[in-house]
Amino acid sequence: MSTTADAPIRSSRTVQDLRSATVRLAGDSGDGMQLTGTQLTNTSALAGNDVATFPDYPAEIRAPKGTRAGVSGFQVQFAASEIFTPGDRLNALVAMNPAALVTNIGDLEPGGVLIVNEDSFAPKDLKLANLERNPLEDSSLSKYRVIKVPMSTLTRKAVEDLGLGQKFADRCKNFFAMGLIYWLYGRELDVTLRFNQEKFGDKPDIAQANERALRAGWYYGETTEAFGISYRVGPAKLGTGLYRNMMGNQALAWGLMAAAKLSGKELFYGAYPITPATDILHELSRYKHFGVRTFQAEDEIAAMCAVIGASFAGAMAATGTSGPGIALKTEAMGLGFMLELPMLIVNVQRGGPSTGQPTKTEQADLLQVMFGRNGEAPLPILACRSPADCFYTAIEAWRIAVRFMTPVVLLSDGYIANGAEPWRVPRFEDLPAIPVEHPAATTDGQPFLPYLRDERLSRPWALPGTPGLQHRIGGLEKQHVTGNVSYDPENHEFMVKLRAQKVENIAMDIPLQEVQGPPSGDLLVLSWGGTYGACLTAVQQCLDAGLSVAHAHLRYLHPLPANLGEILDGYRQILIPELNMGQLKLLIRDKYLVDAQGLNKVKGKPFNVEEVVAAIRASLLA
Amino acid sequence: MALAELPVLTAADFASDQDVRWCPGCGDYSILAQMRKMLPSLGIPREKMVFISGIGCSSRFPYYMNTYGVHTIHGRAPALATGLAAVAPDLQVWVITGDGDGLSIGGNHLMHCIRRNMDMNIVLFNNRIYGLTKGQYSPTTPLGKVTKSTPMGAIDNPLHPISIAIGCEATFVARTIDVNIKHLGMVLERAANHKGTAFVEVYQNCVVFNDGAFSYATDRDQKSDTVLELEHGKPMIFGKNRDKGIRLNGMDPEVVELGKGISEDDLLFHDERAAEPSLAYLLSRLRHEDGFPEPIGVFRAVEAPRYDEELNRQIELARAKRGEGDFNKLFTSGDTWTVP
Repeated sequence: MSTTADAPIRSSRTVQDLRSATVRLAGDSGDGMQLTGTQLTNTSALAGNDVATFPDYPAEIRAPKGTRAGVSGFQVQFAASEIFTPGDRLNALVAMNPAALVTNIGDLEPGGVLIVNEDSFAPKDLKLANLERNPLEDSSLSKYRVIKVPMSTLTRKAVEDLGLGQKFADRCKNFFAMGLIYWLYGRELDVTLRFNQEKFGDKPDIAQANERALRAGWYYGETTEAFGISYRVGPAKLGTGLYRNMMGNQALAWGLMAAAKLSGKELFYGAYPITPATDILHELSRYKHFGVRTFQAEDEIAAMCAVIGASFAGAMAATGTSGPGIALKTEAMGLGFMLELPMLIVNVQRGGPSTGQPTKTEQADLLQVMFGRNGEAPLPILACRSPADCFYTAIEAWRIAVRFMTPVVLLSDGYIANGAEPWRVPRFEDLPAIPVEHPAATTDGQPFLPYLRDERLSRPWALPGTPGLQHRIGGLEKQHVTGNVSYDPENHEFMVKLRAQKVENIAMDIPLQEVQGPPSGDLLVLSWGGTYGACLTAVQQCLDAGLSVAHAHLRYLHPLPANLGEILDGYRQILIPELNMGQLKLLIRDKYLVDAQGLNKVKGKPFNVEEVVAAIRASLLA
Repeated sequence: MALAELPVLTAADFASDQDVRWCPGCGDYSILAQMRKMLPSLGIPREKMVFISGIGCSSRFPYYMNTYGVHTIHGRAPALATGLAAVAPDLQVWVITGDGDGLSIGGNHLMHCIRRNMDMNIVLFNNRIYGLTKGQYSPTTPLGKVTKSTPMGAIDNPLHPISIAIGCEATFVARTIDVNIKHLGMVLERAANHKGTAFVEVYQNCVVFNDGAFSYATDRDQKSDTVLELEHGKPMIFGKNRDKGIRLNGMDPEVVELGKGISEDDLLFHDERAAEPSLAYLLSRLRHEDGFPEPIGVFRAVEAPRYDEELNRQIELARAKRGEGDFNKLFTSGDTWTVP
């Protein structure tokens, strides 16, 4: 079956040009909404749009069918200009069942397009969603453009002569929904048809059914009178170059691999499965031909300790986890700090505390990684700001780790990890090398001095196997220079200060903080991590509206950039939006004695742009 | 380097410049001495050896060795050693642990480390007490034992290290005794030469908090009746006059006297290479308090696939199949588009 020889199918209706569109596909967690959303994203990216996505799914693999708890959603914004968020208000919502409708309808803009599978609004479906009345039959949806489509019936008809049986036929209905959305936004089918062949090519009847359903959805949009109009979102003017779509965890994995190569190392990644970090382990385990050794440890503690062992042996060693895993790794992180060995600890943050909300996003582990160890054990902390940024931040984290001989914490979050955006593909040769030195063998018979420091206060990374450098390190306090166990009170205080100073010295080795907007004014939005897009877009909107605001987004959270205090002094107000109860705010207020205010949200969801705009306006009015 | 150029090392070459700080009379001294004495015989240079320990008296061991070493945190030495061995298969890795460190706080790591069968040696100093924290009961302390944390006697059913190791699919399991220095040296050497994870339990006397815990096995007058020295292919005979043996009665072992119609051929013969670990496990259950001699020596020594070897083999296989990883190829794989 050919997928490319077909004549392109073009809509014959009125076409309206849009600058951007925000679409959410919502259904049961078994309805294939993540696949559908990913396909729409890839198709849009390949059409030249800028894209940003927000998959939102339950922790249960298969929550009870048809219930509100089982609703899985995938939101994507595709745009004809550069965008930084998956969008606030939905222009279109596809609801595959009543539960998906009621849990998502609140985000649809008035007048927005609501496409529902009306076949799944039978009394039993309504009951599963805890609905007493059918929302399709009362006036509750009157402010939307409701398009009722008997998707299950139409899909079954489209595939009936393939003899698949109803169960399999019903599984294709996400392709029908996809086809309909593709028609609505003038998307080509070829990317998805190719994907369908690659994924289901060895099951020809399934592949054929999916294709039939996809086309049936497209033709339904074309034929029905219901829409009247379709839309077009033109390509965005992104910087020139070759692009690919990139998800956060994938970018992070590739960043780790690249960092290893750039430093002349092979990567050892020790981890224990935990949402939402596990995909990093999956991704890395595919690249053994890059010399990547993945180790699925018996627990989080073992993963951390194995990473320390691999680092001692001279590998580029990294672990990835989420907040609960960090809690378990804490003691070993302290050991890594005390041994002064380079390693990376990735925390893909999720909703807490305790088990919290595994599949939801949050930024509430900043203070955990900042302070969550016994004794004085400051670790450098970096935070990724977007899916593609994970690649470069991982490389930068490793550069710091080897330059300063220290574990480095790299913060991501569930929103970044599962989100996607276009990534301008670099040439590997253009990435800066990461120099690493190991002391050479000696024959003088003198004991090696493992804690003799350089001008940065870094100690040497001497590798087992090197003649003459035999030495012992451990978690006990050690004597300056020799590394021998020491209980001398003066030495202990000296060493505590020395280790802290070493970490502080990183501030001299990282770029100065940049500000978008005027260098002084009424209000500075100070943000970190995955809130980048919402904060940036909000500040841009406020600047366009003539407000005196600026935006500084931190990649380096510890130590903070050397010029940050100076920047803060330039603004009358500081607003720190965070998906926590004010953790960066606490650090900033403590360090700079400024009256920073917080915009705080802990709902398991990222900021909407309008929330940040509203907070900026409210602050300026106060 | 040609063999002739290898410097001949002595025990002194393996001693670090640090003063040894165990209590006078501690069984650890003997283990340290035998280790230093045995290592030169392996012909492996010092820089190729790494000693990893956890927390406890035994875990100070690496500080006293002129090799590479890491004194880690409580119970985690096997996990740290796992990462080390995974990326540096050319190193000889020793894990030094104790009954509390290895079987209590670090039980999970010990279990998984053993089943992975990476090329390393785990020496568990069993003194049946927490020494460094001054005398609480440990996971190997016998029931009823009065300790600082069990003033009315221990009510925690003890673990038996050899049984645990066998249950974890260990490929090499042995037991020895701190004061039996010849045997100790022999067992350490056999462990060092085993390919895979070698697990060695050493009965070790804590002179301060549990003195005499193993006197039944070390007392000159008793030990030939209370200890059964295992030898591969040999019948299980013990006793001052070598007139007693272990025989299988159905599924149960029993002590029998030789003569009176019972010959050596009726006894259990030791087979450390048996594919199934049933015999080794049975031997691990022989206890002094049940009227049996306690076996020392090598319970089990078999070959099995090793995680470290397999890990590195997969890397080689992947490279042979797909070629050395190319980042530019990776970056441009799948769907891409160009913005002019």
